This record gives sequence, structure tokens and C-alpha cells, in this order.
Amino acid sequence: MSSSKQPASTSFKAPDSSCLQLDEQGRLRHFLTTEGLSKDVLTEIMDVAESFSTVSNQAVKKVPVLRGKTIVNLFFENSTRTRTTFELAAKRLSADVISLNIATSAAAKGESVLDTIRNLEAMHADMFVVRHSDSGAAHFIARHVAPHVSVINAGDGRHAHPTQAMLDMFTIRRVKNEFTNLKVAIIGDILHSRVARSQIHALNILGAKEVRVIAPKTLLPSDVDSLGVHVYGDLRSGLNDVDVIIMLRLQRERMGGAMLPSEHEYFECFGLTQAKLAYAKPDVTVMHPGPINRGVEMDAAVADGPNSVILQQVTNGIAIRMAVMTLTMGHNRVGG
Amino acid sequence: METDVTSIDVNAIIEVMAEDVKSHIARNKIVDPLMIGVHTGGLWVAEKLHEKLGLTKPLGEIDISFYRDDFTRIGLNPQVKPSKIPGEVEGEHIILVDDVLYTGRTIRAALNEIFDYGRPDSVTLAVLVDRGARELPLHADIIGLKLDLSPQKQVKLTGPAPLVLETNRN
Repeated sequence: MSSSKQPASTSFKAPDSSCLQLDEQGRLRHFLTTEGLSKDVLTEIMDVAESFSTVSNQAVKKVPVLRGKTIVNLFFENSTRTRTTFELAAKRLSADVISLNIATSAAAKGESVLDTIRNLEAMHADMFVVRHSDSGAAHFIARHVAPHVSVINAGDGRHAHPTQAMLDMFTIRRVKNEFTNLKVAIIGDILHSRVARSQIHALNILGAKEVRVIAPKTLLPSDVDSLGVHVYGDLRSGLNDVDVIIMLRLQRERMGGAMLPSEHEYFECFGLTQAKLAYAKPDVTVMHPGPINRGVEMDAAVADGPNSVILQQVTNGIAIRMAVMTLTMGHNRVGG
Repeated sequence: METDVTSIDVNAIIEVMAEDVKSHIARNKIVDPLMIGVHTGGLWVAEKLHEKLGLTKPLGEIDISFYRDDFTRIGLNPQVKPSKIPGEVEGEHIILVDDVLYTGRTIRAALNEIFDYGRPDSVTLAVLVDRGARELPLHADIIGLKLDLSPQKQVKLTGPAPLVLETNRN
């Protein structure tokens, strides 16, 4: 599965242990993937995020809950939005936060991931927020950190991006109230999308009525049938009667070249326009994890239109990350 | 022999508290106060007081879970609710309402949270029960009922309807 462009380190085993992220009481200790978590845990994350969402109404947009804690953002792969919302979330919790762009620092000098972690632990870090181009990187780090340290996966290879999935679930719940009557279509580059995988797991755990993926065959993973989704090859039938549309970004930087005939043709077949929106339910909610390629994945008119909640997703991302940080850190009770 | 708290008429106590709040407001020349109840028991008491006093500003509610001083010991209360404070806190006269005043730590947290919304002109504390054994230098201005309980004893308000005080049996 792994593309030849990925870094040579193969020490990151395929993540298996969803039990790694829970403590003996079944509480979140790390947040690495939505796969294998219970409905109760996912619901608790959204409930706590709901409470954090009012912090932005305060004159002082901060709560003291993680005062004195040190959170380190470890970004082995670039990201502006995700890193910014994690930083903001940490600051609103009154934690001290530093963001390291590892791609341009120690790793370039040959330091191993574990040496980086050991050094940061020696500086009394309490949490690592990890983004890495290798699947399983956050799991690997979680297996090796000190007992009081929590790890949050901010995206690993093609595997998982659980906080993005949860902010999407939170956004859906805020608009639609619940999941059991919902038909959700995920459209686009499923193959390269860790977001899609985490969303599909979360939607199934939360009991969505139907999860569909709509994509050209070349952008579907070979194991798509095992994910619990219905696969559609064309937009018209796939969008029929759908309540929520989640568009994915075309990850051109991860494509070899032969996967798509052209962006123009992709837009013709799978791009979302106001006209194609009519295939879905009239009150359909349109989402996109960003950044949008306007005119490739969707028209500007749809992205900025009344059905779009794309900017709410960004706002909700802060509350969800505050919730996940607080819940995982809350596990570290003295004597608990 | 300690009082059997379950037989206490909570509504009658709140009736008296409402009168006390009214005279407190008059004495201190407070106009149009903003009442805030502390989740969950304090909010139930505040709802009744707010109605009896006919206050014009909508009732505020706060959940102090993010302001507790024991997060590192017991973690987050997963039943945390959003705080809702209508309008401005800046320059307001606040009447803060809770069900049981004990160590004072909840009120410390509530004051910190309120001040993150703005600088009120004054804060008045009204509690249904003051059970003593304070660990912080705080007192209530309006007290519905004073209880002298042994330290092992816990007292809590159950509700929202009917409002009943309960203690653990030991």
C-alpha cells in the first residue's frame, strides 16, 4: 500500500491496538484513532466540546484547566490549519504550548524520533500532538512515552486523523442533532484520505443510517468493502436522498500522475456544483476539511453557499481539540 | 442526633431566601441584578428565586468544571455543561446562587469563571444550605439553612422537581 515516496523508516508497524488509547477504566489516555472506540467515548468527546464552545463568549477566552501543563506540537509534516487550531486549543486551556516543525529541525540532523521524544520528555512535556507522513507514527510514539504523557494523533500517513473526524461529527450533530437517520456521502480521494477512514469509523460507531463513498475507482483503496460503506461510481445516484456531503481534498502531492486523467475531467464527474447539489436532500449539509481546491472539488458557489458549514468546521475544531486534550490529560490522575 | 434533612421543606426555605435577597438588594441599592446559578443544584434554586423575585435579566448558568482546583487529582467531570451568561458581566451586580456551601472551593471557581466574563460591580452569594467546615475565606450573604454535619456526611440537593435534600447514610 505505501507509496514509494514515503520515507524509508518502516519501523512504524500498522496500528492495531485501539486498547492502547484507553486506560483500565476505559477512559481516553491517548487519542490515536476513532476505530474501535465506543459510541459513549465519541459522544463524551462531543459533549465536552459543546461545553468548551462557550469559552469563546468570555472576555478572557481561556479556562485554567490545563494550567501548568506543557503541550508540544510535533509536526513531521506541514499543516497550517491543524497546527494553528491545536495551538489555539492548548492556549485556551491555559497550557504552555510549543510547536516544532521537525521536518526542518533535529530530524534533518539525523536525530531519531525516539531521541526527539526523550529530549522533550526531559523538558517535562505532558502531551505530544503528532503529525507524520507515516501511518502508525503516533501509535509508535504512544507506545514509548512516559506513563504520564498523552499522545494525540494529528494525522498519520493514510491511516487516521481522528480529531478532524470528530470535529466533523460534532459539526454534523450541531446541525442535524443526531446520526441514526442520516445518510452521509464522502466524495473524492478516499485512497489517500486518513480523514475519510476516521470519518467512516466514527459515523458507523455513532450509528449513521448509511455511509457512502463516491469516487473514481482509481481513488478507492483496495479494502474499501471492509470499511462498512456503500460504494458509488457516479455522483447522481450516490447523492440521491443524502443528508450530509463530505468533500475530500484531492491530494495531488501524493499522486503519482496516472490516477486522474485531468482535474477538469474530475470536476466534470465528481466536482460539486449548485446544480448537482439538487440530487441530494434540499437541506443537505456540505462539508470540506480544507484546504479547498475551488473549481476542482467544488464550485465557489457551493463552498460559500447556504448549505456549506465549512467555516463552522474550523471553529468547531478548536472546541473538539480542547475536549480531546482535556479528556486525555484528565486521565493522569494522581494515584488514579 | 442530626436532623433528618429529607423532611426539610426546601420550597419554604427558598421562599424565605427570596425575601432575604429582596431586602439585601434594597439595602445595598442594587437595581436590576444579574442572577447566576451554579450547575446543577444551584441552578435549580436560582430558577425558583429568579421567578419569585421577578427579575428582568435572564438567568445565567455556570458549570465550574473547567475551573476546579482538583483536575489533576480527579480529572474532568464528563457531565460538564456549557456555561451560559446572557449579556455582559462588566459593571453588573451579580447574585450567585448555589445549593450547598461547604469548603468554598466551588465558589472560588465560580468567581474566577465570572471574572473571565468581565468585572462585575458586586457579587452577592446566596446558598440554600451552609454546612460549615470552610477551607477558604468565603461566606454567604444569604443563607437558607445552616446545618451542622459530621465531616463524613455529604448533603446534596436532588431535583429538579421536587427539590429534596439528601444525605448519605453512614
